[in-house]
Amino acid sequence: MAGELVLLDFWPSPFGMRSRIALAEKGIPYEYREEDLRNKSDLLLQMNPVHKKIPVLIHNGKPVCESVIQVQYIDEVWHDKAPLIPSDPYQRAVARFWVDFVDKKIYDLGSKIWKTKGEEQANAKKEFIECLKLLEGELGDKTYFGGESLGYVDVALVPFYTWFYAYEKCGDFSIEAECPKMIAWVKRCMQKESVAKSLPEQEKVYEFVLQLKKLFGIE
Amino acid sequence: MGEEVKVFGYWASPYSYRAELALKLKGVSYEYINEDIFGNKSDLLLKYNPVHKKVPVLLHNGKPIVESVVILEYIEETWKHNPYLPQDPYDKATARFWIKFIDEKCFPTLWLAAWSSENEREKVTNEACEYMKTLESALNGKKFFGGETIGMVDIVASSVGYFIRVTQEIMGLNLLSADKFPQLFQWSEDFANCSIVKESLPPRDKLLPFVKGLIAKYQQDNAKA
Repeated sequence: MAGELVLLDFWPSPFGMRSRIALAEKGIPYEYREEDLRNKSDLLLQMNPVHKKIPVLIHNGKPVCESVIQVQYIDEVWHDKAPLIPSDPYQRAVARFWVDFVDKKIYDLGSKIWKTKGEEQANAKKEFIECLKLLEGELGDKTYFGGESLGYVDVALVPFYTWFYAYEKCGDFSIEAECPKMIAWVKRCMQKESVAKSLPEQEKVYEFVLQLKKLFGIE
Repeated sequence: MGEEVKVFGYWASPYSYRAELALKLKGVSYEYINEDIFGNKSDLLLKYNPVHKKVPVLLHNGKPIVESVVILEYIEETWKHNPYLPQDPYDKATARFWIKFIDEKCFPTLWLAAWSSENEREKVTNEACEYMKTLESALNGKKFFGGETIGMVDIVASSVGYFIRVTQEIMGLNLLSADKFPQLFQWSEDFANCSIVKESLPPRDKLLPFVKGLIAKYQQDNAKA
């Protein structure tokens, strides 16, 4: 059933990490291919002509683009192993809502934290923490957002943890101090092999962010 | 059946329109509650959508579902007859891709082109045309994005096919024209002519002045910023 699976990815991308985790959770073997985003491969441009972005999941030669679509696809095709998305329609809607929330807020606010200074950065930090607190509220007392096992929201959100250290250094604040429950949840996720082996180290991501800042001329 | 289905919407909202069209396609009866989104949002709306405080909200047996695309997926999974999403996972993924493309690129850029200032308009319009060309390619000779019948992509594309066309008329723009995008234009005609679509669209004579007022407000706010 696996057929040929290739993931075109870029190591610090939180979006690529989502698909890595989903595939690892289900124990599905695949070929990981690192893309140089300054010199995109012909394959990437051919498989994602509309956006020309990673990640792209290629299954038996056919591309699936957009990380949330990939995670849903992986869950549907390999539905008998480690289901990520609930089967009840209402629970699915709740999970989709929170994944949509993460997509609308976390990446853009996080980007503002490392790219900007002064008032813009301060506002981004404030809103970022507010969003994490809302997510903490949704998590409640559960082990994972998915309940007893890793779910769709966990897979969508945990990759951003790899960028937290960079946000903290650039923004001069502590995410753990403001959102301890969130960090406790991250630590639980990191105990899972599927998550730990799919995520790069925070320090490496921070080094990468510093390089980006130099490249864009951001202080 | 004893099911309680309610939609909290706004008559001119392209997003709340999607929820209503989907329920109509499934033949599900519902109670519609019009929210005064520019004035006073009801306590119920704020209770059911505390995070975004927006319409549409679908209430099914007391449980709220929010965000139009999440609502569409929920309706599809709850009322399984008259499906509007393909069964095959790959085809489903393709439909979801176009839905995301419409909502993240097409629709926002087309709306921006309608109210942006003179000097920004050309750049935004060029971008919008590129997106429409790409969207047109998704039709690929079919009558609807869903094939012979309306699918989820068509429901979402109503924002472009109807609401944007009305907006263009007001602004004297001719972005979605028959000569520039013949397939997409034909699709918007066929779509708007379906009886089930027609009966739930907000009437043009009401929508025109509303959108005109909204554009004026956006331009004013933009000038101040």
